[in-house]
Amino acid sequence: MREEVNTGAVISKTAPNPTVVKLTNLWKKLIKNKSAVIGGIMILLFILIAFIGPHFTPFSPNAQNTVNRLATPSAEHWFGTDHLGRDIFSRIIHGMSITLYVGFFSVLIGTTIGVVLGIISGYYGGKVDTIIMRLMDILLAFPGILLALAIVSVLGSSTENLIIAVGIFSIPVFARIVRGSTLAVRKLEYIDAIKALGANDARIIFLHILPNVTSPIIVQATLSIATSILTASGLSFIGMGAQPPTPEWGAMLSDGRNYMWDAPHVATIPGLAIVVVVLAFNLFGDGLRDALDPKMKN
Amino acid sequence: MFTFIVRRIIQTIPVLIGVTILTFSMMHLIPGDPAQIIAGESASPEQIELMRERLGLNDPLPVQYFDYIRGVVTGDLGNSIRSGRAVSSEVFLRLRPTIELAVYSTILSVFIGLIAGVFAAVRRGGLSDSLVMIVALFGLSLPNFWLGLMLIQYLAIGIDIFGINTGWFAASGWGTWQQQVLPVLTLGTAGAAIIARMTRSSMLEVIDQDYIRTARAKGVKERVVIYRHALKNALIPVVTVVGLQFGTLLGGAVLTETVFAINGLGRLIVDSIRARDFPIVQGGVLIFALLFVFVNIAVDVIYRLLNKRIDLN
Repeated sequence: MREEVNTGAVISKTAPNPTVVKLTNLWKKLIKNKSAVIGGIMILLFILIAFIGPHFTPFSPNAQNTVNRLATPSAEHWFGTDHLGRDIFSRIIHGMSITLYVGFFSVLIGTTIGVVLGIISGYYGGKVDTIIMRLMDILLAFPGILLALAIVSVLGSSTENLIIAVGIFSIPVFARIVRGSTLAVRKLEYIDAIKALGANDARIIFLHILPNVTSPIIVQATLSIATSILTASGLSFIGMGAQPPTPEWGAMLSDGRNYMWDAPHVATIPGLAIVVVVLAFNLFGDGLRDALDPKMKN
Repeated sequence: MFTFIVRRIIQTIPVLIGVTILTFSMMHLIPGDPAQIIAGESASPEQIELMRERLGLNDPLPVQYFDYIRGVVTGDLGNSIRSGRAVSSEVFLRLRPTIELAVYSTILSVFIGLIAGVFAAVRRGGLSDSLVMIVALFGLSLPNFWLGLMLIQYLAIGIDIFGINTGWFAASGWGTWQQQVLPVLTLGTAGAAIIARMTRSSMLEVIDQDYIRTARAKGVKERVVIYRHALKNALIPVVTVVGLQFGTLLGGAVLTETVFAINGLGRLIVDSIRARDFPIVQGGVLIFALLFVFVNIAVDVIYRLLNKRIDLN
């Protein structure tokens, strides 16, 4: 590299690396998209809170104080206290990591399995395709959160089982989307060309198909985190997820339910926390979709 | 049309078999011995053995599965552990509120969603468009169990505004309209948000088409262009979403029924999981799935009626 030439010129002189170009384009589009920027900043902030927040909370999330039960928000207890006199602010901060943990890992399970099934289905077609897609139809036949509920009822209630249940619940969406994209990519001429050069299936799938179907996967994964957080907190709300005294927001809401008359803030605040986090992922997902794949809008 | 419906039902058979295999396996996957659970904690080994024999648990799995299918077909889903009554009668007793709740919520969400979606699409890029879409995004992000509690707080328990108490509706139960308003609002909100977004983008796609421009050029009134030409075609993809939404609402009823203490199927399942009354859970989950599968067939039929050009096969 000559010293007098700036880096931009060097890149333009050599053959551009398509991945780098793609990424910078994406970044430019994302940064212009209001909902992506707002959602992205919110998510970064939440991740930060989840990691360092618990070290700075004024109270321990499980410290009870029976003298000061159901206190309304004050300078000492920003969000008030619950029926056991626990500081709701501290519990919300500690609950952030649980919410994100459940959201990320359940979607990770759903994405991994769904993508593998979707690619196999779309790439090989025929009987394999039929079998996998019928399996997905079977999972989709259980309406809404019922599939996750049925799985938790069998596995037992715990945060880990909640992640597994919500993860399985989100497999079919990924399988279907990835299958569709794979079908579209597989028919392109360059895949035939690579095949003719003697590349094996694994190489074609990992190096040529997967990179071309990542956009819809990323968009769907972001939106799925929002759905998964809602589903998981719903299951915790009815006692089928995180168990007490875990400061999980759905479970906290469920505790607060019994005190709606005297202390509505106990149920209101954890719900608001869920809304804000879910909203952030929905905003970011919407923005990502507009930037990555304008045709995918719905 | 008739052959289409028949073919569609036949296509559903593999899914139905899969669904029954899954619900059948539920009983075998729960930790512990089903015979022990059904006979009760205090049962003697002889009683447990008797129960095992009665439930056919000593038979090979395929035999057990076919016995289960025979039961499903003849309406025999076993007996509740708690009440001892037939699962089928317990489940069917609870079915009505759940179906009513899901149907009313679907109607509400289609109504609000279509109006909001068309409203936003017609004002594309304007302030009211952004406003509607922001509200829709919020609607999509609300946990419905929390929304239900908030509605109870402000519209059932009520607050005083200028001396008027806003506790207009009932906080629990299902029967009178005062009891039905809040659960339907709770369950319908997310659906309305999704349908509004879908309608808007579908409308926007249609509005850019040549035939809409032609209609406008011919001097057709804008109102007629929007409602007769654009909306009619924009509705086609929305129908699919409505069908899927009905399923989500059916499942969402589990939470809504718990919040509003409605004696529906969803709440029955939740209570039965807590009480480890697995035959009820198994039967309830199966009924939910069957219901949804048949709703999907109905949606496909409507879809085809709306859009005769599409060959679903």
